[in-house]
Amino acid sequence: MEKIKKGVRLDHISKIYQDPKTGKEFYAVKDTSLTIEPGSFVTLLGPSGCGKTTTLRMIAGFESPDEGEIYLGDEPINELTPNKRDTAMVFQSYALLPHYNVFDNVAYGLKLRKVPKEEISERVTRILELVELGGMEGRMTNQLSGGQQQRVALARALVIEPSVLLFDEPLSNLDAKLRVTMRTEIRRIQQEVGITAIYVTHDQSEAMALSDQIIIMNKGVVAQMGTPQEIYYHPADEFVADFIGEANFLRGSLIGREGGYLTLNVEGNPLRVPAPEDEVPRQDYTVVLRPEAATLADEGGLPCRVVLSCFMGSYQNYHVMVGDTLVKLEEHNPKNKRIYQVGECCSLVFDPESVHVL
Amino acid sequence: MARGQGAALDRKKLMADPIMVTTIVVLITFLTLFILYPLAILLVDSFVGDGGFGFSVFQRIFSMPTFTRAITNTLKVGFVVGILSSLIGLLFAYVEVYVRMNKFAGGLFKVVSMLPVVSPPFVLSLSMIMLFGKAGIITRFLFHIYDNNVYGYWGIVIVQTLTFFPVCYMMLKGLLKNIDPSLEEAARDMGASRMKVFTSVTLPLMLPGLGNAFLVTFIESIADFANPMIIGGSYDTLATTIYLQITGAYDKTGAAAMAVVLLCITLAMFAVQKYYLEAKTAATLTGKASRARMLIEDKSVKIPLTILCSLGALFVIMMYICVPIGACFPTWGYKFFPLTGKWFAQVFTKYHGLKAFKDSFVLSLIASPITALLSMIISYLVVKRKFKAKGFIEAVSMLAMAVPGTVLGVGYIRGFSGGLFHTGILQGIYGTGLILIIVFVVRSLPTGTRSGISALRQIDKSIEESAYDMGADSFKVFMTVTLPLIKDSFLSGLVTAFVRSITAISAIILLVTPSFLLITVQINEFAEKGAFSLACAFATILIVITYGAVLLMNLFIKRFGTSRSIKED
Repeated sequence: MEKIKKGVRLDHISKIYQDPKTGKEFYAVKDTSLTIEPGSFVTLLGPSGCGKTTTLRMIAGFESPDEGEIYLGDEPINELTPNKRDTAMVFQSYALLPHYNVFDNVAYGLKLRKVPKEEISERVTRILELVELGGMEGRMTNQLSGGQQQRVALARALVIEPSVLLFDEPLSNLDAKLRVTMRTEIRRIQQEVGITAIYVTHDQSEAMALSDQIIIMNKGVVAQMGTPQEIYYHPADEFVADFIGEANFLRGSLIGREGGYLTLNVEGNPLRVPAPEDEVPRQDYTVVLRPEAATLADEGGLPCRVVLSCFMGSYQNYHVMVGDTLVKLEEHNPKNKRIYQVGECCSLVFDPESVHVL
Repeated sequence: MARGQGAALDRKKLMADPIMVTTIVVLITFLTLFILYPLAILLVDSFVGDGGFGFSVFQRIFSMPTFTRAITNTLKVGFVVGILSSLIGLLFAYVEVYVRMNKFAGGLFKVVSMLPVVSPPFVLSLSMIMLFGKAGIITRFLFHIYDNNVYGYWGIVIVQTLTFFPVCYMMLKGLLKNIDPSLEEAARDMGASRMKVFTSVTLPLMLPGLGNAFLVTFIESIADFANPMIIGGSYDTLATTIYLQITGAYDKTGAAAMAVVLLCITLAMFAVQKYYLEAKTAATLTGKASRARMLIEDKSVKIPLTILCSLGALFVIMMYICVPIGACFPTWGYKFFPLTGKWFAQVFTKYHGLKAFKDSFVLSLIASPITALLSMIISYLVVKRKFKAKGFIEAVSMLAMAVPGTVLGVGYIRGFSGGLFHTGILQGIYGTGLILIIVFVVRSLPTGTRSGISALRQIDKSIEESAYDMGADSFKVFMTVTLPLIKDSFLSGLVTAFVRSITAISAIILLVTPSFLLITVQINEFAEKGAFSLACAFATILIVITYGAVLLMNLFIKRFGTSRSIKED
């Protein structure tokens, strides 16, 4: 498997679709430029209709971009048909060939490449062991569980040793527990093989668990690209903050600035927070507060009133009103802590360094 | 916004696939040459036929009382047959889906749904005449009625209804099964009687489907040639009038114009059925039934309905059985015993039966794989691929469904007897077996395509995409993935094409030359001459052949077809 790893580059890619009902044209993907490093695991994450699957299918060659050029390594691949591209896709529905058994499914791509018979059998056996399906060669695909079918699909894609592995929501047909197991598997195998992988999902925890880099897409454009930590702690905008994890937004107007810090008026209370990096000075700011970053106390923070207090086992779930703003928070390990009841007035306390200011 | 680059890239990708491009070009040529062109030439002929462009030909045919009468006759028959067939079909479908039947009645239903598939579409006319005609077994020898006239309006209506209602029955059965039983249970639960549930829930849900069945039968009835030919007597319909105009009056432009009129009627019906009713049916009955229906056990409903339907079914079966028995009477109408095999012997000794069966068999055998393969390719292109001419291919192959055989026959005469546009090009195929094969293919293509399309729609698009992604080109994808997955549909398409071809008559009768003897044409000839025993003998052998083909197919599918487990997936 000594192959030069290749990255993928999208250069000002757009794809235009026509609404079948109104006949109106719209951008499914708009002027998107991306560089995916060789050997990295990158996730395209976003709500449905954000253009993530279209982007993936353009890389695979099923859709043709209306603007821009796609590069695999240094080679432009716009004009190549899917069968000529050095990519392999794992489909949401697995897309196994139902009239073939496991061995023939995995061997399909190798047979098309006219690989000698002995080598096929050797490579298929090796790859099936990698995905932990050794000994299942003779099974028909419909005799396999969902998780096993997904492993076959993965093996089939891996065995042809593509430069890039593409995943189109491969785990969404599995139940919750299996999803978690399979995603660790996928990550392990990708690391072992060292292949470039592009993974489409709408499940943020999947994206977090798998990726070196997450690309968040919204309405056909890239909202943010970064490591999971960057995206969680430093979301580029409210959409990203809201889409990844839970977020509370506290609106504040500027009342003072000093060093790297701003003092904002939040619902009538002064709040001192770190200033955003390379910001344009303005009047209004938004403070992003994660639910686990705050706690309730009798005093010492923003005054608030409890409107929901609910025991969830590992944490106590609170909704509090800070003025007219609803803030949700999670008090973890609540066993020996004071529990505030609905209607109580108290104080919302958090470390200014743990918030992100937009 | 400019979608230019994407379209250009799609085109380039398509061109990188020479087999695919060739296939598309060949298909378009075939469809244009053998479906569009013959219809176009009819239009040309009827507008410029009698010297100069104008409506003179139409004026001429509309001034013929025989023609205007034929139009009213055709519509009258079609309308009544449509209504009767869909009602009887609904009754049968309702009883099968809603009422708990015993095994015997269930078996009868199966036979009834099967018979029209394996028999030539006009054998009922023969048995009608033999049972109820002037010298009919029932009318004359049972009831001693000596002047019963089966020829004419009622003859056609009864025979066509009996022939076409099983089609309605099968269509409506599928729809009824899709009604979610909880809808009706909810109505029952609110206090509606069984009758009320039927009139207020089941029937309204079925209305578009009923309309659909009505129109399908209407079109079939209008396009039917052989039944009116055999049992119509002096009651002419459009199809028979056109035939007589061309074979009797040698008025080719007049026949062309008449064919245009007939085509316009069926096309209009077809458009309503396809674009209005089919969509509506799908809209009201989409959901799968959530669970099994509680069958009606109530004896006051069950017994009369079962008896009524069983008697109906028995009657139809008796009509069919009459054909082989009729072939064994020594002299039909006078002497019924002892049964004899002499007519069967005469078929082969005196009337070139062997040649007729060989010709029909060989031509159909050549046509059916071509049809099956073509229709699978068309379905694949229509369902799975994106390219510009796709709409054209789909529309033209569906259009063929609305073209009555007689119209196609006249179109081929006008289109090919003098070569393309009367220039002599391709004239060579006229009068050969090749043109007969092409007619067979064109006539069966729409059915095959429709079944192929519905089979392919059930296959997840990503299965083919995955093969494509793995490195297979279109041809490989089609051969290694698509075709194996729709093997059942392909096999049944093969047999359907064979059966339809070997039992076809309407277009063929206009194109066949003396060098080819076709069974259906022979049957028609003997029936017209009144040699019913011979016609029956031919028909019996034909039914045996087609039934054998269907049996063979079922055996084949059971053994080599897609395994059940895959379908359940």
